[in-house]
Amino acid sequence: MSKLHISATVNGEAVEYLCDPKQTLLDVLRDELNLTGSKEGCSSGDCGACSVTLDGRLVCSCLVLGVEMQGRSVETIENMASGEELHPLQQKFLEAAALQCGFCTPGFLVAAKALLEKNPNPTETEARYWLAGNLCRCTGYDKIIRAVLETAADMRGSK
Amino acid sequence: MSGFQYEAPVSVDEAVGLLAGAKGLAKVLAGGTDLLVQLRTGAVQPDMVVDVKRIDELRQISGNAASGFVIGAAVSGSEIGEHAALVKAWPGVVEGMELIGSTQIQGRATPGGNLCNASPAGDCTPGLVAAGAICVVAGPKGRREIPVEQVPVGPGKTSLAKGEFVVALKLPPRAKNSGDAYLRMIPRTEMDIAIVGAGVDLTLDASGTCTHARVALGAVAPTVLLVDAAAKALIGSKIDDAALAKLAAAASAACKPISDKRGTIEYRTKVAGVLARRAAVIARDRARSNG
Ligand SMILES: Cc1cc2nc3c(=O)[nH]c(=O)nc-3n(C[C@H](O)[C@H](O)[C@H](O)COP(=O)(O)OP(=O)(O)OC[C@H]3O[C@@H](n4cnc5c(N)ncnc54)[C@H](O)[C@@H]3O)c2cc1C
Ligand code: FES
Ligand code: FES
Repeated sequence: MSKLHISATVNGEAVEYLCDPKQTLLDVLRDELNLTGSKEGCSSGDCGACSVTLDGRLVCSCLVLGVEMQGRSVETIENMASGEELHPLQQKFLEAAALQCGFCTPGFLVAAKALLEKNPNPTETEARYWLAGNLCRCTGYDKIIRAVLETAADMRGSK
Repeated sequence: MSGFQYEAPVSVDEAVGLLAGAKGLAKVLAGGTDLLVQLRTGAVQPDMVVDVKRIDELRQISGNAASGFVIGAAVSGSEIGEHAALVKAWPGVVEGMELIGSTQIQGRATPGGNLCNASPAGDCTPGLVAAGAICVVAGPKGRREIPVEQVPVGPGKTSLAKGEFVVALKLPPRAKNSGDAYLRMIPRTEMDIAIVGAGVDLTLDASGTCTHARVALGAVAPTVLLVDAAAKALIGSKIDDAALAKLAAAASAACKPISDKRGTIEYRTKVAGVLARRAAVIARDRARSNG
């Protein structure tokens, strides 16, 4: 099958790429655009390691086709820090040791950022349910959840 | 994944033309949360994929409680959950949709996809069946409307003909003193497939007597079941313990489940009665506070 020419916005910048219909958005990000922060854990929507926001909605990029992106906008983990300055969630994850191997971390950060944008003051239960589609095989989740809740409190305090 | 042609029509007619004219297998793509998994495993190998998310009519919720809501087939779970008037009038329908998957899956999954994937365990479909929702189907011969329960005909199979696809789901006008609810049983607390799903919709009169009820069960037969005997157990009663016991017995009696690693036939049969009863109590309490 011939490749399609797609114009999309990636992390705020206009991007063009050629895409085979069977490539997922995750394939496009990693293999065509060299944005390898989004990870492939399962390719079936179960692990959340590939989380991105698509037109502002949190989705699994492994369950989106690259060709669906025509005229659409995606934000990835690569856009979370401003230059050298980490997002408060990133900083907190480091300080609170909310990661071990780090494979799940980009997905958790993208998902947690989407949570705090929608709900700046989540309860622990709300945070756990929101992040239920992100799997971590190392940390046991507690440190992640605590880091998210502490960041939420810090961000509310600094406003 | 094998190769396929990708199309993203912007009108219903264009989509019908593509689906009807396709050589080989054409598949509709809505949120892709079932289809992309099936493409990857090779379970489905289409020659053409028709993305229906650029058709405005499929992407909007219109109408209101009094006139009846029309939910575009490709509206996402997140969008349904954010629609305050729909949540107020049809909390059970919304619950079924919102139970699907994680936040990420909610951002994409659609009611049309849940219905047309035709998994017996789909969580959105029983609530729609209980609600008496009508499915608007477009095809080469124009449009037709059928009850939602007539869409799935077996696991993974629908009654839709070549060239046809689902445009919208129409909910009936909402009578006052009505309430609905959907409950499911899964072995985990999130991210699993239902062992049983139970949707109940009912209406009470001024004295609290049930005048209308529909009960639907998921995951206990090859397709979602509309259980008339269970509805009859409620109609004419005040939805007291005696009526609820009859409802539970009728729900269990209707089950034709399979045994698998999630639950045995005996377990599913028993749980179907328990869930139908609990859903009826929630629906009743909602109806009472919804005058
Ligand atoms: C991690 C994960 C968790 C999940 N959890 C649940 C769960 O808890 N409960 C549950 O019920 N499901 C669950 N699912 C399955 C899936 O998310 C739902 O069935 C969802 O509603 C499918 O909608 P979709 O828009 O993504 O469908 P798609 O994948 O786009 O389509 C599904 C099927 O329906 C057809 N189709 C789609 N739209 C139409 C239309 N308008 N007209 C005709 N045919 C159409 C497609 O061709 C395809 O065959 C889960 C999936 C994943 C990946
Ligand atoms: S790689 Fe997308 S959810 Fe696991
Ligand atoms: S830190 Fe290893 S998977 Fe989460």
